[in-house]
Amino acid sequence: MPNALPFNRLETNSDTWVTLYIEDQAIQVPAGDTVAAAILSAGLLPSRTTSISSSQRAPYCLMGVCFECLVTIDGKENSQACMTQVQDGMRVSKQIQSPDLNAADTREAKHDK
Amino acid sequence: MINNTLYDLAIIGAGPAGMSAAICASEHGLKVALLDEQANFGGQIYKKLYQPSLKDESILGPDYYQGRVLIHQVQKSKIDCFFEASVWQVTYPEKSDSTLEINLSIKQQGQQLKARKLLIAAGAQERPTPFPGWTLPGVMTCGAAQILLKTSAMTPASPLVIAGSGPLLLLIAAQLHRAGVNISGLLDTRPKGRYVEALPHLAAALNNLPLLAKGLALMAEIKKANIPIYKNVTELTALANPSEHLEQVSFKTGNQHQEITCRTLLTHQGVVPNVQLTRALKLDHVWHQNQTCWHPVKDEWGQSSHPDIYIAGDASGITGAKGAAHTGRIAALKITQSLAKISSYQLAKLAQVPTKKLAKETCIRPFLDKLYYPAQTFLTPEDDTLVCRCEEVSAKDIRHMVKQGCTGPNQTKAFSRVGMGPCQGRLCGLTVSNIIAEESRLTPDEVGYYQIRNPIKPVNLSELIDLAK
Ligand code: FES
Repeated sequence: MPNALPFNRLETNSDTWVTLYIEDQAIQVPAGDTVAAAILSAGLLPSRTTSISSSQRAPYCLMGVCFECLVTIDGKENSQACMTQVQDGMRVSKQIQSPDLNAADTREAKHDK
Repeated sequence: MINNTLYDLAIIGAGPAGMSAAICASEHGLKVALLDEQANFGGQIYKKLYQPSLKDESILGPDYYQGRVLIHQVQKSKIDCFFEASVWQVTYPEKSDSTLEINLSIKQQGQQLKARKLLIAAGAQERPTPFPGWTLPGVMTCGAAQILLKTSAMTPASPLVIAGSGPLLLLIAAQLHRAGVNISGLLDTRPKGRYVEALPHLAAALNNLPLLAKGLALMAEIKKANIPIYKNVTELTALANPSEHLEQVSFKTGNQHQEITCRTLLTHQGVVPNVQLTRALKLDHVWHQNQTCWHPVKDEWGQSSHPDIYIAGDASGITGAKGAAHTGRIAALKITQSLAKISSYQLAKLAQVPTKKLAKETCIRPFLDKLYYPAQTFLTPEDDTLVCRCEEVSAKDIRHMVKQGCTGPNQTKAFSRVGMGPCQGRLCGLTVSNIIAEESRLTPDEVGYYQIRNPIKPVNLSELIDLAK
């Protein structure tokens, strides 16, 4: 069930549609969509929660800047949904985190190398 | 490594600046690599134009479809294009005229590319617009809504409210109206007096009448659309329903408290150069007072503080799509000359036309910068507003750290992790520098910016291992 009103799809030129699975729910979108667009088209918000206060977040900038669209795509955590093109059969899951000190440490290790 | 090619020029960003530069350099015989994070050409402005999603071309308007010319030219050229290519590090030797090494992931594979010169055409990002409730699902930027129109032919859930200031805000309002979206309110967050402040720059702006006329036509279109417009809006707040989704926006006009029910709120306060890479490369930057943001330092050719690295397009200062294309050409010509493919005489001659055209595009900027200058609250927000979305640090926290003796953004970072989340300060850097500057009565230039460390995009181990192979 969508928790937010889905975005509206206008008439499009795309004739190829693909099916991806968001939280095991089959969603059909045009092949040119990004995963973030697919999430919004299905109204499946929030797409993540923060590790600090569990506050709810959703794709915000759609251009790779804010990192609010981080989800798990085909098993790969912290994937930017707005920078990833959908593929047929792709499996996407939300990143629902609880306050967790380890998460902060991993992030640091990644950036401060 | 991708192949053993040593490119004459590597260009990061395939928007109008990057594409124009690539075409120009390749016409003069340079071996060019054009890289972009996205799946294809266009940058943000001509996004998905290689294969437009919207059936109805009148929604986005002719300016968008104009970009086809550039895209066709690149497609016909001999430029090596790499898409879904995310650059996380560039290393350069101390002395000029040796090889630059670009470490990147192409379709999630670690790769390395070598080039003699680098042109950064990484474009702009929307200015961070902090206000209470800006992290709620349902709140997005105007740019995001435009991207969804371009890539996916999608319009946001209504009821819809648009709030902020800037040309892009007016454009998206008109485009969504054309697409049949009902806009419940257009909230202009500028304080009174912006027209008066912009007036001294009107004379210069008149040198670009077509652009001015376009702006006026846009305003007329919005007026005719009967969208309720609220002026001099203050205390903008996004409010949530019990399931933490946006439900309402509240604000003040004069002394009057107002509320509008909505499912989507789009905000915008102008665009600023994307400085992530130029910062990571430790190039010099300078504070631009009118655009209230940093610009990388560059000369009239786009040459940065490192002689082998050039910057073009909005990444070097906001000029718009047409201006960006001219800066790309100018930089490409200079690079061609520095590699001795054309003489200084030819350079001067060839650069004449783009330089003149660029001047026409930039003459309107001081007027626009003043006219749409953001309200102070979006630059240095009230105490309770979250500044760093990733690490959830508020304006109050930053002010408190300044009182405790923090003198710059890197100290606040060490104390609170502000700017250390996945966005690496892209959405809080300007705000943090502005708040510290205001609190310590210094200029943002004196306060400085985050030290951006490599990698500028998160890399995973397997990509690093690819590189070692
Ligand atoms: S929505 Fe901002 S990075 Fe993806």
